[in-house]
Amino acid sequence: MRGWLRTRTAWWACLALGLLPLAWLLWRTLADQLGANPAETLIRATGDWTLRGLCLTLAITPVRVLLGVPELLRFRRLLGLLTFGYACLHLLCYTGFDMGFEWPDIVHDIPKRPFVLVGTLAFALLLPLAATSWNGAIRRLGPQRWQALHRSVYAIAVLAVLHFWWMRAGKHNFGEPTIYGAITAILLSWRLYRRWRYP
Amino acid sequence: MLIRSSDTGFDHAATSEITPRTVFESRRTLLQQMALGAAGLSLSSWAARDARAQMRGPGVLPALAAVPSNVPGAQTMDKPTAYKDATGYNNFYEFGTDKSDPARHAHTLKTTPWTVEVEGLVKKPGRYALEDLMKWGAMEERIYRLRCVEGWSMVIPWVGYSLADLIKRVEPLGHAKFVEFVTLADEKTMPGVRGGALDWPYVEGLRLDEAMHPLTLLAFGMYGEVLPRQNGAPLRLVVPWKYGFKSAKSLVKIRFVDKQPTSSWTKAAQQEYGFYSNVNPNVDHPRWSQATERRIGEDGLLAKKRKTLMFNGYEPQVGQLYAGMDLKKNY
Repeated sequence: MRGWLRTRTAWWACLALGLLPLAWLLWRTLADQLGANPAETLIRATGDWTLRGLCLTLAITPVRVLLGVPELLRFRRLLGLLTFGYACLHLLCYTGFDMGFEWPDIVHDIPKRPFVLVGTLAFALLLPLAATSWNGAIRRLGPQRWQALHRSVYAIAVLAVLHFWWMRAGKHNFGEPTIYGAITAILLSWRLYRRWRYP
Repeated sequence: MLIRSSDTGFDHAATSEITPRTVFESRRTLLQQMALGAAGLSLSSWAARDARAQMRGPGVLPALAAVPSNVPGAQTMDKPTAYKDATGYNNFYEFGTDKSDPARHAHTLKTTPWTVEVEGLVKKPGRYALEDLMKWGAMEERIYRLRCVEGWSMVIPWVGYSLADLIKRVEPLGHAKFVEFVTLADEKTMPGVRGGALDWPYVEGLRLDEAMHPLTLLAFGMYGEVLPRQNGAPLRLVVPWKYGFKSAKSLVKIRFVDKQPTSSWTKAAQQEYGFYSNVNPNVDHPRWSQATERRIGEDGLLAKKRKTLMFNGYEPQVGQLYAGMDLKKNY
């Protein structure tokens, strides 16, 4: 299994798997299977997959260490970029399908809905990470600085969960945000624990 | 030779011209099919134009006969929303907060027997059976726009009668100024009532003159059939110029009072949901704009949202109810 994880096939399989939700959404869009409010369905689905992507990306290191599978590291960048892709689609669906690219309306909407502001902030923080995801960037920044920059993914995860939690607050519907919050809390506190245990 | 007799013999038709016996014998069916086909063709183009094309449910629920209403404003020409969307995309928190929850969970709602208690400042209080209430007014079909406070809208052909018919029958006392509506809150059949999204039971209210307005509908059906459970069976309120949450579903109590009732949403978030909650594109919800709306099933992914109309387009009929009022304060 570990040998297979080192193959190119494994990498492509991971990419294909990561694009499956997108393919499924595209198919549903074309087949008019998005339900009564297609824009809402697309916004929520892309948001869900962004959150799932964040959780999966953050799970790589704990799983890698706890199970002793260093090969998993190869998939972290891919997962991170897939997550970024879903975040872009999420933002595009909001600005395009929900707001019709009416920028004055969007500017008006952001402070009105704090959860939109939080989501926008999380996306803004994702941009430098995506921009420095290539090997040359690591070389140019130096590994230490690169790693320090990429630690902001912890803040992004917290903001993303807050974004979702706040969005559901209008209906006091905290079931799903609680699940994502718990997963993120576990993944982040494992890192804190390691820092404290092995300084 | 134009005139033929038996002397000149008989001209036989070419075999290709002879109608096969089976076709000859089924000529009536053929004629019927041709007529139907022609009718179908003309119908389909008619359907595309005519607002009444989507006005019938699939026939699973019992039909509820009604005559088209002639109350001014009760026959919008907007295209009715598809039945599937109107019954699959609902806010009915007693069955869950997701809009697909009511269609999934409402089958547990027990609508027979059903009674409505009329109480408070009326001459004829009492507990009235649904069957009797259904006879208190002539059933009318009314096509109303429905604007949800969340920013989407539908067009629904309701069946029912003006709430005023009921109010006149129970004779409110002189000092009755408001009407309070209480809806069913049954923990056993409504999973959402066990959760804490709102204070149950759901309570809504209208000023007496709003409740008496001919457009205020006591609905028993939609799309020519009795109300589906997820849409508030067996009877609900429909106030087309107010945000959808004012139109309380599955009513069990109608109470006449002298003080302004506190509705459930006002109780939950006073600065967001006021007593009036009239559709108003100029007064935003604190957390989002109310200037536009998405018409379910019509405004596609790439379409711009449509402009929301003052009083949801019912300003000519209901504007005078709020003459002189500051609608920014009385949201």
